[in-house]
Amino acid sequence: MSQNVFAPWADPTEKPLIQFKGVTKRFGDFTAIDDLTQDIYAKEFFALLGPSGCGKTTLMRMLAGFEKPTEGQILLGGQDLSQIPANQRSVNMMFQSYALFPHLTVWDNIAFGLKRAKQPKDKIEARVQEMLRLTRLEQFAKRKPHQISGGQRQRVALARSLARAPKLLLLDEPLGALDKKLREETQFELMDIQEKTGTTFIIVTHDQEEAMTVASRVAVMNHGQIVQVDTPDRIYEAPNSVYVAGFIGDVNLFRGMAQARDTTPPPAIDPVAQPLPEPTSPEAEKALNDQATRDARTPQPNALGMKLHDKLFAPVFGKWIDEPKALPMPDPIEKAKAEAARAPAPTPPASEVPQGGLDIAWAEGQPPLIAANGPETLSGHKVVLSLRPEKVSIWKERPTNQPNAVNILQGEVIDIAYLGNMSTYHVKLADGTMVKAQASNTRRIANRGITWEDKVWLSFTATAGVVLEDEA
Amino acid sequence: MKRLSWFNVTALTLGFAFLYLPMIILIVYSFNESRLVTVWAGFSTKWYGTLLQDQEFLDAAWVTVQVAFLSSTIATVLGTMAAHVIINAGRFPGRTLFSGMIYAPLVMPEVITGLSLLLLFIGLNIDRGIMTVVLAHTTFAMCYVSVVVSSRLATFDTALEEAARDLGATPFQAFRLVTLPIILPAVISGWLLAFTLSLDDLVIASFTTGPGATTLPIKIFSAVRLGVSPQINALSTLMIVVVTIGVITASLVTKRNAVRRAEEERAGAASA
Repeated sequence: MSQNVFAPWADPTEKPLIQFKGVTKRFGDFTAIDDLTQDIYAKEFFALLGPSGCGKTTLMRMLAGFEKPTEGQILLGGQDLSQIPANQRSVNMMFQSYALFPHLTVWDNIAFGLKRAKQPKDKIEARVQEMLRLTRLEQFAKRKPHQISGGQRQRVALARSLARAPKLLLLDEPLGALDKKLREETQFELMDIQEKTGTTFIIVTHDQEEAMTVASRVAVMNHGQIVQVDTPDRIYEAPNSVYVAGFIGDVNLFRGMAQARDTTPPPAIDPVAQPLPEPTSPEAEKALNDQATRDARTPQPNALGMKLHDKLFAPVFGKWIDEPKALPMPDPIEKAKAEAARAPAPTPPASEVPQGGLDIAWAEGQPPLIAANGPETLSGHKVVLSLRPEKVSIWKERPTNQPNAVNILQGEVIDIAYLGNMSTYHVKLADGTMVKAQASNTRRIANRGITWEDKVWLSFTATAGVVLEDEA
Repeated sequence: MKRLSWFNVTALTLGFAFLYLPMIILIVYSFNESRLVTVWAGFSTKWYGTLLQDQEFLDAAWVTVQVAFLSSTIATVLGTMAAHVIINAGRFPGRTLFSGMIYAPLVMPEVITGLSLLLLFIGLNIDRGIMTVVLAHTTFAMCYVSVVVSSRLATFDTALEEAARDLGATPFQAFRLVTLPIILPAVISGWLLAFTLSLDDLVIASFTTGPGATTLPIKIFSAVRLGVSPQINALSTLMIVVVTIGVITASLVTKRNAVRRAEEERAGAASA
């Protein structure tokens, strides 16, 4: 990260542009916004994310002036907005339906707000031209909205709302009507325009990918309250609740009882101590036997080799770990994973499992999951380990050369979602829990090793997941 | 083209004969040479000629046009305002009651409307004349206008008006610059409907009229009591023509706009 990263919210001297102070909005018995307090800073691209009915649109309509808060205050640049009608606020909105005036040309649509501001004709002319250029609409100026495409209409709506150079631009699901490819292009265009104009943007969306792509900060809302406000990466990697974890992206949840880990001698990972999977079917038994016979065939290290290693290779490859070696199958995914794991840290001995944290007893007869990053204050509480699928590695054999992978589970592949650039494997564990694991498809499809009903091993590191208090 | 079955042809013929035979007879006899209304004596347009000589009829026609023009214009303004409030103002206390009350005069017997207005004018001691007829016609024509306009407003995207306000327009500017141009065809057809209704109203006009404000329907009615003359047939034929033109224009305006709107909406939906 660079030094001058944009983070006004972290700077106590920075004055917020918008302040919500204990804002509540009720429609009859229904509470749309519940005692909400939040600061938004100038030049931010702030995303309000939540399911429909969570109050995000109400929040936006209050900023635009179409709704008044039942209680509390909204300040814009220190000025209370409640007495300022919609047409006198330095706030403009881009509507979900675009709300272009169908009887006016593109040019007149963009000029509408400028004409209301009683600006001189040549100024209006110049500003409209500027907006047309910014949104690359010059050749459509004389067309009516129904004579242009959806993407062009979206840009007219943006140009029209930016023409008055508002302090704050509200975008209500601005890309909902576009197809996926156009949407992705437009997201980058929006970010570009936001940067060029230096306007503060607030975007309402239910598309978490969109929010993560464009926003400097994301606010996840639920039932009229903001559950978490953070940068996209923090929201994704460090959700503060099960709700946020589940709302943003895919997640595996392991519910269980937390217990503080022994902080003194770090437990050596002894794979033999881990319960071997019970052979549940003849096939599984056969697979186990195969592994045993292959283990016998695999060359085992002799004394001379060990000595040589200690002298010559230990500085490079780390301490010798004396455990039965099985060469990994030349599985493309496995190989890719192994390479990826080896590349950054070439000497991770088995004993380097971080100390502290929590053990989570999540299922009968299974070893507890180790979460070295779990806060010890949660010890003795019911917790949820939230784990992103891409942090779960999938193996055809029990991973033995992955000293970081302290959590190892076994299961059977039920489903494979092939997404092109990667695949998501739905793996059913012995107790019926479904776990999703993701692997990049670095090889062509013909080389993929894992298929339906395969017995597989899943592994993840002691810090891969996030331990959250169980709300349920 | 699908051919109609004999049953459909019969039904169609009977239905339209029932509706239009009387008018056709009237139109045909307006070109009758004879003084006697029921005896055909050859083709002639002389009754149209004598009609144009008849100052009384011309006066009545002028009064009628004035009344129709004024009342339909006032009714259009009021009806559009009422429709706008009922459809776009959201939920306010008494909204259902108000929208019901706007449509109630549509089903109110004309005699009662006329009588109540007469009592009001007498009570307020207003001299009856053209103005009272205009007011009376406005009251009932306004309901028709608001029905026509509100059915258009029901499909009007309120976000457009919000967008206008967001861009700095006052509520009135938003209505004048955005809403009105878009719903204008419905407003025009509402006006034409009101004009037509006023043109042929007899009952309410005869309750509320006064000396010097005889409308054409009243004139015809009283003339017929003294005996039907072919002149009346000619006049009635002219009225049928005017009303027909009005109704056809109104429906064409509505139709054309509906088609254009459908196109715009299709274009909008294509991107949605």
